[in-house]
This record gives sequence, C-alpha cells and structure tokens, in this order.
Amino acid sequence: MKLTLIIWRQQNASAKGGMQTYTLDDVSPDMSFLEMMDVLNEQLMGQGIDPVAFDHDCREGICGSCSMFINGEAHGPDRLITTCQLHMRKFKDGDTIHIEPFRAKPFPVIKDLVVDRTAFDRIQHAGGFVSVNTSGNTQDANSLPIEKQAADKAFDAAACIGCGACVASCKNASAMLFVSAKVSQYALLPQGQVEATDRVLNMVKQMDEEGFGNCTNTGACEVECPKGISLENIARMNREYLTANLKG
Amino acid sequence: MGALSSSTIFRKVAMALSGLFLMIFLLQHFLINITSVFSADVFNQLSHFMGTNPLVQFVLQPILIGGVIFHFLMGFVLEWQNNRARGTKYAVFKGSANASWMSRNMLISGATVLAFLALHFYDFWVPEIKHKYIDFLPEDPNRYHAELVHKFEDLVRVLIYVVSFFFLSLHLLHGFASSFQSMGINNKYTPLIKSFGKLYAVGIPLGFAFIAIIHFLNH
Repeated sequence: MKLTLIIWRQQNASAKGGMQTYTLDDVSPDMSFLEMMDVLNEQLMGQGIDPVAFDHDCREGICGSCSMFINGEAHGPDRLITTCQLHMRKFKDGDTIHIEPFRAKPFPVIKDLVVDRTAFDRIQHAGGFVSVNTSGNTQDANSLPIEKQAADKAFDAAACIGCGACVASCKNASAMLFVSAKVSQYALLPQGQVEATDRVLNMVKQMDEEGFGNCTNTGACEVECPKGISLENIARMNREYLTANLKG
Repeated sequence: MGALSSSTIFRKVAMALSGLFLMIFLLQHFLINITSVFSADVFNQLSHFMGTNPLVQFVLQPILIGGVIFHFLMGFVLEWQNNRARGTKYAVFKGSANASWMSRNMLISGATVLAFLALHFYDFWVPEIKHKYIDFLPEDPNRYHAELVHKFEDLVRVLIYVVSFFFLSLHLLHGFASSFQSMGINNKYTPLIKSFGKLYAVGIPLGFAFIAIIHFLNH
C-alpha cells in the first residue's frame, strides 16, 4: 500500500508544532500501525530527518502507552483496541492518514506524538489505592467472600489501563471515565470501603485541579475505550461523590 | 459549599436537576396548552387560574425564571470550561464516530431554544405582565384562548415555533437520559429511562408544534 501520512511534529514542549506530510510506499496490510511508524522512522532517518517520537512499550494492548489520535479517533478506526493492536489492513492503498497526539490541556505535548500523562498518576496518588499493612499480617484476599456480580464489575473497572483515550476522545477532554474506573474498582469491594469517602473526594478534587473538562455524557469515552470501561462507572462515581459530600 | 461549587460533578448534578425541573414544567405547560385545541373554556379556566393564583405568580414563576436563567448560564459556563480543557484543537476530530449529534451539540440546540424563549416571552409573557402589573387592566377570564389563537394566525411565527420545537426535541433527546446519568442513576431501569426519555423528547415538542399548527389552520 502507498500511504500519505500527515503527522503532528513538535520539537519539544515549548516549540510551536505543526502538521507535516510524508509518503510511505510498500506498507504491508499485515503490519501493525506501530510497525508502520517504525518503517516511516527508518525512512526518515535514512533521509537525515528526525524520526517521529511516539510512545510505545508492550505492543500487545496492555500498557496503554501508545497514544495516537488517528484520523480523528483515539487509537484509530477500530473498537476495543490500542494503537499497537491496530493493523494496516484497516486502511486502503492511497489513503491519507492524519496522526496527532492526544489533545488535552492536562496532557501537554513533550515531543511529536508523545504527551505527558502524569496527571493520571497524580489522580491515582490522590486516592486510587487501598492502604494495607504489608508487614506480614496481610489477610489473604480469597478469605473475603465477595458476591460474583460485584467481583466481576470491580474486575471490569480494574481493566482500565490509563491510556487516556477517554480524555482524547471526549469533546470536553473530560477524565471522568478513567477516574470513575479507579474509584469503582475499590467502591465495589469490601477492601475499598474504609477509605471510600476520602478516595472519591480526593481523586475528583485532583481531577478538577488538573484542568480536565466536565463530563456531558456523550458516551464517546466508552466507545473509544480499548478496555470497554462502561459509563456505569461514571454514574457510580457520581453517587459515591454525592454520598461522600453528604457524609461531610 | 465552596468545594461543591468548584466540582465538575456538582456542576453536572446542578445542570441535571435544573434540566429535570424545566422538563416537569414543560410537561405541565403542554398539558394546559393542549386543552386549547379541544375546549376554549377549559383553557381559559386553567390559564386564568395560573395567571391569577398568587402562589403561581409570585413563588413558582420566579423560581421557574431563575431555573431557566441558571440552566442556560451554567450551560455556557460548562461549554467555556470544556473548550479550555482541550487546549490545542485537533486537525481532524471525528465526533460522529462515537457520539450522537445531539450529545455533541447541546449548546447549539440550547441556544436555539434560548432564542425561541426570547420570542415566546415577547409574544405571551411581556403582554401578560403589561396587562396585569403595568396597565392594571381589568381581568377578563375569557381572554386567554382568543389571545393564543391570535398569535398563531401568523404563518412565519408558526414556522419559527415549529423549527424551535424541533431543536427542543434534539436538546431533550440527549438531556433527558443524560440528567439521570449525571445524578448517578445508571441501573437496570436505565433502558426504561432512555425509552421514556425518547418518547418525552419527541412527543412533547411534537405536541407543541401540533397546537401551533392546528390553531393556524383553524383561524
């Protein structure tokens, strides 16, 4: 396949970026999107051009590193996948592909397609954990009976890999799906109850301080989430938050 | 309260509650107006009650106007904040791939309804206030139906009303179910809420359009 790639290039965090056009021949439909980017970068280096910087790590849809916005959608034109799981067979010979970094004020561009997503880490640090004494007295998790339905829902929420596709896809750059998944995975389990009030208050406060937008329930986040995190989690977080405020 | 007012979730809940309040008012408004099609006497009686009852006039009416102003102001504030949160815009953003037009354009449908409300107030509310509280004209319990029909003799006005009701429908198609989600209600009843929401969002504006058209045709 022959492709025209229009890619956001930005030298560093403070530089002014812009879209640059490249052409790439002999792209195999069996390549993953990131392999195609590797081929492009080899071509660019051969021409003495700075390769396109992009995040990647596991390349099997687990780490959540690859953060590209491809043809107007986070992780490109497919569902329940990350960019590394996107294959070139989803495109046609002669296609033009726009590739941009995830856009949100709390996700500043570091270089080209690499964005700083440490805002998510700070939200996690604000309450996305269970304080457990690990000095040898930790209770075996299996000794606590948990209703199957709650366990399944907690596991579904815990599947969130924190990739940021929800923020990138949301027209408001809202992080509610991510934060609600992290709140829900503990809210549904007995281990999370002790710190439930502080958790939701602190995590939502941090989310707001980072400057993410307001959720307007468009549902774009749920559609674009590579792990299928449900909007049900946002409703649960809203309930948890309102209850926590009533408790004072 | 300070912490609550600065929270995204609280703002959304406030938006949802004001929206639900306005939807209840809309239903009540429709139920009274639809009687104008079937019985001028019933419509006059109901309108006279609403227009002269002190509780409605001096308590419910200011609350309603406050609710409308709050809902619209909050809508614009949320839109402004959301635009700021994006920062640099995407060169290509395919919103239609993952969200409905209605959910992505609540500001457009809402602003259209707001513009319509200005006309609607000019048509009915301003003359009513002038009649009662400025000119202090004697109350005629039988004037309401004739005044309503008179307004809908103008084809242009009827067309503007019908187009506005279409945008109101688009607004409600997202707003109804969305308000429940914002308040944390997403459970086994959600499919029922969504179905009822669609029925309400189409039925009520369609009913209002029917009232305007039928009076135009009958004049």
